[in-house]
Amino acid sequence: MKRRAHLAGLLALPMFWLIGIYIFSLVMLLVTAFWTTDPFTSKVKPGFTLRNFEQLVANPAYLSTAVRTLVIALAVTVLCMLISVPLGIFMAKIAKPWLRALLAVAITLPLWAGYLVKILAMRVTFTDAGFFNWALAPFGITGPSFSITTVVLTLTYLWLPYMAVPVYTAIRQLPANLFDASADLGAGAWRTIRTIVLPLIKPAIIAGSIFTFSLSLGDYIAAKFVGGSTQMIGSIIASNINLNPPIAAAFAVVPIAFVVIYLLSVQRTGALERM
Amino acid sequence: MKSRFFTGAAVVAVAALALTGCTASADESDSGGGALKIDVPDLPMHEKMGDFEDSLDIVAWSGFVEPAWSDDFTAETGCTVNRRVAGTSDEMVQLMRTGDYDLVSASGDASLRLIAGGDVAPLNLDLVPNFGDDIVEGMKGQIYDTINGKSYGVPIGRGANILQYNSEVVTEEPTSWSVAWESDSPYAGQIIGYDAPIYIADAAVYLMAHEPDLGIKNPYALDKEQLAAAIDLLKQQNKIVSEYWADPAAQITSFVGGNSVIGTSWEVLRKLSEDEKFKSVLPEEGSTGWSDAWMLSGESDSPNCAYAWMDYTSAPEVNGQIAMGFGMAPANAAFCDLNDEAKAHCDYFNATDEEYFKKVWFWTTPIEQCIDGRTDVQCTNFQEWTDAWLTVKG
Repeated sequence: MKRRAHLAGLLALPMFWLIGIYIFSLVMLLVTAFWTTDPFTSKVKPGFTLRNFEQLVANPAYLSTAVRTLVIALAVTVLCMLISVPLGIFMAKIAKPWLRALLAVAITLPLWAGYLVKILAMRVTFTDAGFFNWALAPFGITGPSFSITTVVLTLTYLWLPYMAVPVYTAIRQLPANLFDASADLGAGAWRTIRTIVLPLIKPAIIAGSIFTFSLSLGDYIAAKFVGGSTQMIGSIIASNINLNPPIAAAFAVVPIAFVVIYLLSVQRTGALERM
Repeated sequence: MKSRFFTGAAVVAVAALALTGCTASADESDSGGGALKIDVPDLPMHEKMGDFEDSLDIVAWSGFVEPAWSDDFTAETGCTVNRRVAGTSDEMVQLMRTGDYDLVSASGDASLRLIAGGDVAPLNLDLVPNFGDDIVEGMKGQIYDTINGKSYGVPIGRGANILQYNSEVVTEEPTSWSVAWESDSPYAGQIIGYDAPIYIADAAVYLMAHEPDLGIKNPYALDKEQLAAAIDLLKQQNKIVSEYWADPAAQITSFVGGNSVIGTSWEVLRKLSEDEKFKSVLPEEGSTGWSDAWMLSGESDSPNCAYAWMDYTSAPEVNGQIAMGFGMAPANAAFCDLNDEAKAHCDYFNATDEEYFKKVWFWTTPIEQCIDGRTDVQCTNFQEWTDAWLTVKG
C-alpha cells in the first residue's frame, strides 16, 4: 500500500503535466475544430459541424500549403542528416580534443541565441545587398533571395543542433575496434560508414529527425521573414487564429497527422525501441 | 471620410465620382447617419463622471501609450495606466474579448467587429469635452465608429497606405499603382505587398479606377464577382512580388536591403528608413488607409479613468504627441497651430488636407450588408476575404 502511495506521489506531477495540460489542451483544440464562427463578429460558437474540414478540401490553398510544408520539413531533415553524419564522424573519430571541444561549442552556441534574433540575422544575410550575395558575387552567383530555398536553409540552421548532437554522441560511443576490424577486413572508408556506422547510429538519426521534422512542420516565422511569398501550414493557422479559430484548429490536425504517420513508419523500422 | 455614410442621393454621386477616380466629399453625408443600420447589442452608456478608479488597462498600437504623456495623466487622475501593445487588429479584437481591458485604440477594420460583437460600449461624448470642433472633419461620424447614430469611438489619428519607391531605381515618380499590379511592370520581382486579408481592398481600389465595368463603388463592399476579380489581380501580383510585409521592421529591411524597390508603405516607415532616396506618392487611383479611435470596453471596470484618458489624449498637445510618436496625422487640428514643429508635422502628414484624405478609403470590416448602399446583392464578409486571401499565395 505504502509503495503505491509513493508511486502516486512520484507520478503526480508528470501525470498532471501530461494529461492536465498537454493532452487536455490538445483535445480542446480538436474539439474546437467542430465548432462554428459567427461570420461578422468572428466569435466562436460551440456546436457540431464538419464544415471546417470540408473547407480544407474545398479551398486548394490548404492542400498545396500542406504539401509544401511537408516538402520543406523533409528537405530540412535530409539536409540536417547530410551535415550531421560527416560532422559527427570527424568530431568523434578524427578531430583532436581541443578541436572537438571547439566544434561542440560552435554547434550548440546558436541554441543560446534567441530564435527571432537568428531568423532576423538570416533575413539580413539574404537580402539583395546582404552578406550572401556579397560573398558569392566574385563567383557570379546570386543568392536565392527570399524564397522557399531560403526557408529551408534558415530552418536547417535553426534545427541543426537537434540532429548534430545526438548523432555525434552516438558515433562517439562506437568502439574504435569496429573501425579497426572493418579496415583489417579490407573495407574502405565509405564502405565502413555505409555498413558499420550508419546502421549503428540509425536510432540517433531518427531521434534527431523527429525534432527537425516536427519543428519545421510547425514553424511559420521563418516563412514570414525569409520566405518571400512562401506560405506554410503555420502561416495559415496564424492568419486564421483570431478570425476563425475553428478552421485553424481543423488545419492543425494536418501536421498532427503528418507527425503520427512519420512516427508510425519510423516505429516499423524498430528504431524507436533502441532509442 | 464621412462618405462612408451613404444616403440614397450620395450613392449616385459617389458612383459618378468613383469612375473618375475620386470618391465622395465629406458634406454629402451630413443628412445621413441612418443609411447603415446594423443590429448591435444594446449596451448602456456611461451617464456621468464619478470618482476615479485605481487603474486603467489599455490595448494599443505601439507608440500610442507612452510614459511621456501617460505619467502626467496618472499624476492628474491617480489612474495607473497599464499598457498592452498589440500587433494586429485581429489581436486587438481577441484581447478585448477577454474583458480584461478598458480601452482599445481600434482601427476601422477592428471597430465594426467590436461594436457588433457587443464588446465596446457607446460613448457619451459630453464627457469628452476635448472632442470638439477642432477634430478634423474627415474623422467625425465614420461608419466604423458610429453606428445607428451612436458614437463608439474617439478619433486619435489617421494615415494612408502610400506607394513608396526607391528613387535610385524608380527614377520617374509613378502616378499610378499600375507599376505594383501589372505583370509588365518594369519592377517585377521587386514589389512589396501588404500581408493581410485587408490588402484585398487595395486591389479593389485599383480595379475601381481601371475596371469600371466591375462596378466597385467601395473597396470594402465587394460582391462575390468583385471579390474574385480582386483576388485574380492579387494572384497576378503574387508572381511579381519580392515579398509581403506585416511587420514594419521587415518592410524597412526589404527596402534598405534592396529586395524591394516599390510597394505599399506608411509615411512613418519611409521616414524611419532614414534615406532620402526613398520617396512616396499617393497615386491617382487613391489608396486605402487607416483611422484609429479609442473605444471603451463594455465590461470596463474603470469607466471614469477611461473617459478621463480619452479626454486627456484628445487635447491638442497630447493628441499631437501621439501622432508625432507614431507618425500619423493627428485627429485634433488645433495641434497644428501650436508651434512650428507641430505645423511641419501636420503639413508632412496632410493632417488637415481633406482633399488628400478624400482619396483614401479607410480600413473597414467587410460585412455581408453592402456598405455602398446596394441591397440587391449580398457582399462578402471578412471571413470570406480571409479564405480568399489564402489562395493568393497558394
